[in-house]
Amino acid sequence: MAGPGLRAQVFSRRVALIAGGELTLLGMLIGRLYQLQVIDRERYATLAEDNRVAMRLLAPPRGRILDRYGVPLALNRQNYRLVVTAEQTGSVAATLDALAAIVTLTDADRRRVTREVSRRRRFVPVTVREDLSWDEVARVAVNAPDLPGVAIEVGTSREYSYGEEFAHVLGYVAPPAESDLTGDPMLELPDMRIGRNGVERVYDVALRGRAGTSQFEVNAVGRPIRELARIEGDPGLDVVLTLDAELQRVAAQALAREQSGSVVVIDVTNGDVLALVSYPSFRPGDFERGIAASTWRQLTSDIRNPLINKAVSGQYSPGSTFKMMVALAALDSGAVTPETRVGCPGHLDFGDNRFHCWKPSGHGPMDMVDAITQSCDVYFYEVARRTGADKIAAMARRFGFGETQLSQELPGERAGLVPSTEWKLRTYGEQWAQGETLIFGIGQGYILATPLQLAVMTARLVNGGIAVKPHLTRDRIVERRADLRSADVFPAMNIPRRHMQVVLRGMDQVVNGERGTGYRSRIVEPGMSMGGKSGTAQVRRISMQERLTGRRRQEDLPWEHRHHALFVAYAPIEQPRYACAVVVEHGIGGSATAAPICKEVLTEAQRRLRQRPTAPQRMAER
Amino acid sequence: MRMLRSLVFGPTGSISIGKKFTQINWSLIFLISLVSSIGFATLYSAAGGNLDPWAGRQMTRFAIGMVMLVCIALIDLRFWFKVAYPFYGFAFLLLVAVEIAGDIGMGAQRWLDLGFIQLQPSELMKVALVLVLARYFHGLSYAEIGQPTRLIWPALLVLVPAALVAKQPDLGSAILLGLTGAVIFLAAGVRIWKFILVGGALAAVIPVAWRFLREYQRQRVLTFLNPENDPLGAGYHIIQSRIALGSGGIWGKGYLQGTQAYLQFLPERQTDFIFPMFAEEFGMAGALILIGLYALIIIYGLAIALRAQTQFGRLTAVGLIGIFFIYAFVNMAMVQGLMPVVGIPLPFMSYGGTAMMSLLISFGILISVYVHRDVRVGRRAIDDD
Repeated sequence: MAGPGLRAQVFSRRVALIAGGELTLLGMLIGRLYQLQVIDRERYATLAEDNRVAMRLLAPPRGRILDRYGVPLALNRQNYRLVVTAEQTGSVAATLDALAAIVTLTDADRRRVTREVSRRRRFVPVTVREDLSWDEVARVAVNAPDLPGVAIEVGTSREYSYGEEFAHVLGYVAPPAESDLTGDPMLELPDMRIGRNGVERVYDVALRGRAGTSQFEVNAVGRPIRELARIEGDPGLDVVLTLDAELQRVAAQALAREQSGSVVVIDVTNGDVLALVSYPSFRPGDFERGIAASTWRQLTSDIRNPLINKAVSGQYSPGSTFKMMVALAALDSGAVTPETRVGCPGHLDFGDNRFHCWKPSGHGPMDMVDAITQSCDVYFYEVARRTGADKIAAMARRFGFGETQLSQELPGERAGLVPSTEWKLRTYGEQWAQGETLIFGIGQGYILATPLQLAVMTARLVNGGIAVKPHLTRDRIVERRADLRSADVFPAMNIPRRHMQVVLRGMDQVVNGERGTGYRSRIVEPGMSMGGKSGTAQVRRISMQERLTGRRRQEDLPWEHRHHALFVAYAPIEQPRYACAVVVEHGIGGSATAAPICKEVLTEAQRRLRQRPTAPQRMAER
Repeated sequence: MRMLRSLVFGPTGSISIGKKFTQINWSLIFLISLVSSIGFATLYSAAGGNLDPWAGRQMTRFAIGMVMLVCIALIDLRFWFKVAYPFYGFAFLLLVAVEIAGDIGMGAQRWLDLGFIQLQPSELMKVALVLVLARYFHGLSYAEIGQPTRLIWPALLVLVPAALVAKQPDLGSAILLGLTGAVIFLAAGVRIWKFILVGGALAAVIPVAWRFLREYQRQRVLTFLNPENDPLGAGYHIIQSRIALGSGGIWGKGYLQGTQAYLQFLPERQTDFIFPMFAEEFGMAGALILIGLYALIIIYGLAIALRAQTQFGRLTAVGLIGIFFIYAFVNMAMVQGLMPVVGIPLPFMSYGGTAMMSLLISFGILISVYVHRDVRVGRRAIDDD
C-alpha cells in the first residue's frame, strides 16, 4: 500500500466538488428564504391575513311600523328554520326520513335539500323547512339526541298584524332585485328584504338600519373557526304612523261589504291620516319571498285592481261632493248670496241642450242650503253658470284639488285634475264651452279627484278654513333620525266665516235634515253626529250625451259601467274632529252605498275619541 | 451458524462487536435525532398541538428505526458488498411487481401492500442502486473508468429501474435515481466531459420528452413556471406554501401559531410541505438552523466517505449522502417555488413510515462504512486500496 492511489485522489477531488456543489445549492435555498421571509415578508403577511380573515355582515332587525297608539302593524316575527348540516349527520337521507316522521316535509322539500347538500360544502347548514310551528319545534327539540346534524335556527320574517287591511298603506317587503343593488353589501344578505311599496318603501332607509360586521377566522375550506371582532349595527328605526289600527280595521270591514272602493279618514285639526283603506286588497306576505306567478296573475287580472291603492291613486269625478266648492266660489265671487233662489223644474235648458236634474220632477225653488241638502243639480248648473268655471277651479285648488297631498309619504298618489278655460285651450286647443261650466258645477266633466283630496277638502271645510295637509307619520323621519314633527302650522284660507257656515249648514242638513240625501245614514247615538255630502261619479265620459237622451237604470248596466258612489262626511257637527271620504266604485248611489260606510266609520271614530281622548303617545323611542 | 455470523459480521475476530459499538458515530446519530425531534415538534403543531395522528407514530417509527440503524451499522461492510447484486435484483423484482400488482394510489402504482407495511420499492431501489454501483466501480481502476464501454453496464443499472419508476409514473423518484447514479459516477471518477456531453444531450431531448409526460406532470411543470396562473387549482400548493414561508418572516409566528398551516391553507403540511409549516412558525431563524443541521449531516457523511479505505465504502457513503442531500434540497426548493412540485419528503421531518425507515437504513449503512472503514472488501485489490 503506497499511500493513496490515483483513484482515491480523484475521489477526494470529486468529493470536494460534490461538497462544494451541495453547499452552494443549500446556500441558494437560504438566499431564496431571505427573499421570501425578509424582503417580501409584508406582502406574504398580508396574503396570509387575507386568507385567514373573513367578514360577515350582521343584518340589523328591520324597524317596526306602529299605529298612533303603538299597536304594531308590521313587525319581525321569529321564524324557526329547520336546518341540517350534512357532515354531522350519518346520512342525509336517513335524517330526512326521521324528520319526515315529526314535521311535515314535502317531496319537493326533500329534493331541494338533497340537491343543496350535494352542491354545498358539507359543513354549510342547509334549510330543510321554514316557519316551523311551535309544536314542530318542540318535537324536533325532544328528538334532538337522535337527530345529529339537525338544528333549529331563528331567523326573522316580516309580519303584518292586520294583513290585507293595511297592505296598501304599509306596502310590503321583498328580496332586492338586481336593480336595487346599490353596492351596499347589506342588500346582498340572503335574508335581506327591502320595502317595495307604501310606508315600507318610503321609509325603507330608516327601517333598514345599519348592518354590523363580524370578522372571523376561516380555514382553507371557509369554515369559521372563531370570531375576531364584532361591530354591532344599528337596528332599523321604528316608524310611528298617524293611523288608528282599529279605525282602519272597522273602515276596511265596512268597505268589504261592497265590491271595490276606498275610505280615508283624517283628523281635521292637524291632518293626521287616521285611516286609509283601499279594497279589495292583497296579502303583503305573499311578496316576501318573491310572489308566486299564479298569485300575481290573479292580482293583476282582477278588474277591481287589488294592487292599486285607490284612496290615493283612484281618480274620480267628485260629483255632487264638489257642490260645496261651487257654492263657496259663487259666494266668493258675489254671483249669488246664500238666499238667492233658483227654481228647479227638473231640468235646465241651456243653448241647444237640456241639462237634467237627478230628480226629473224637479225640486222647486231652492236656496243654497236647500240645494246642498237635496243636491239639486239645476241650482248648481245655474250658480256655476253665473260664477264661471275659472272661479270654481280656483276655489277647488284652494281646497287641495289638483295637487298631491301625501306623495312624500305614500308612493303612487295622483294629483287629480282641476280643469280651467286656459287648461282646455292648452290641452285640447279648443275654447271652453259654456255647457262644460254647467257640468263642472255638479262635479262632472273633466274634474278628477282622489278620495284623499275629498277628505282634505272636507277637513278644510269644517276646521274653520285652515289649509291642513294630511300626513301619515307623527315624526319627521330624515335619514335615520326621527324628530317629533314640530306642530305643523297650516295657513288659514281666509274664507269668510259666513260663507263656510252656509255650506256647513247644508252638509248638516244632508244627513240630519229629513229631506237630506243622507238622512238614512244619520248618527242617532247620543252625543255623536255627522254631516256630509253625497255624490255620484259618472263612469262613462259620454255622460253628457246620456244626460240629454234620458237615462237607463244603473242596476241594468254591467257592474263596471255603473256610477261610482261617493260620500264625504265630518263628525261631530259641533267642533268637527274627523273628515271622512268614501268612494264605492260602481256603487251607483252615494247616499245609498257610501253614506252608510261613512256613518259606521265616523261612529267608531267618535266612540274611540271618547275612549282615548288623550293625545297619542310617541312610540319612537324603545 | 458460524457461517452466517462470519458473513454478517465479518471473519471472526476482525473487529469485536463491542469495539464496533464504540466506533459508531454517535454525534451523527445525535444530529439525526435533533432533526427528527424538530420534525416531531412540527408534526405535533401540524396536528393542532396533538401527538395524534402524526407526531406519536413518527416517534415510534423513529425509535424502532434507530434500533435498526444501530444493528445495520454493526453489519460488516463486506456483507453489503456481497449482497449488492442480489439486493438490487430483489428491489428490481419488486419494482416489476408493483408494475403488475401494485395498488392504485395517487394515480400511480407505487406501493406494494405487504399487509404490515406498504412497501415502496423505489425507496429500496435507491439504496440498492448505491450499493450495486459502488460495488461495480470498486472493481474498476481509474484507467478502466475512462473507457466508455465500461460505463454501459452501470448506466443500464441506473436507467432501467429509473425507466420502470418513471412508468409508474413517479417522475420525481426516477429523476432522483438518475441523480443518485450521477453522483456516484462523478465520485467514481467518470470524466467530467462525459457529464457535460450527457447534460447537453438531455437538454436537447427535453422538448421531445415533454410529449411523453403525463398531463398532471406537465401541469406541475407549467404551474411551477407560473403558479399564479391557476391560483385555486394546481398553483394553489405553491402559492400557499410561499405565503406560509413569507408570512413567517425572520422570527416566525411562534410555535403552534402558524395560521396558514393551522387553518389548513397549507396542503400536505405533515408530509411534503412540512418545511413551510416549520418556517412559518419559526421564521427564517428556524429555517437557517434546520438547513445548517442538514449541511452538518452532509459534511459528516462526506467526511465518512473520505475516511473510508475501500472504494466500495467511499462510493456507498457518497451515494447515500447524495440521496439525502437530493431529498432535502429538492423538497425545500420545491416548497419555495424554485422547482416543480414533486412528491419528495423532507428527510427526518416529513411524516411517513417508508421514508423514515429507508433513511435510517441508509444512515445505518453509512455508519457501517465508518465502522468498517479499514476493512478490506472484495477479492482483489485495485491499485491503491
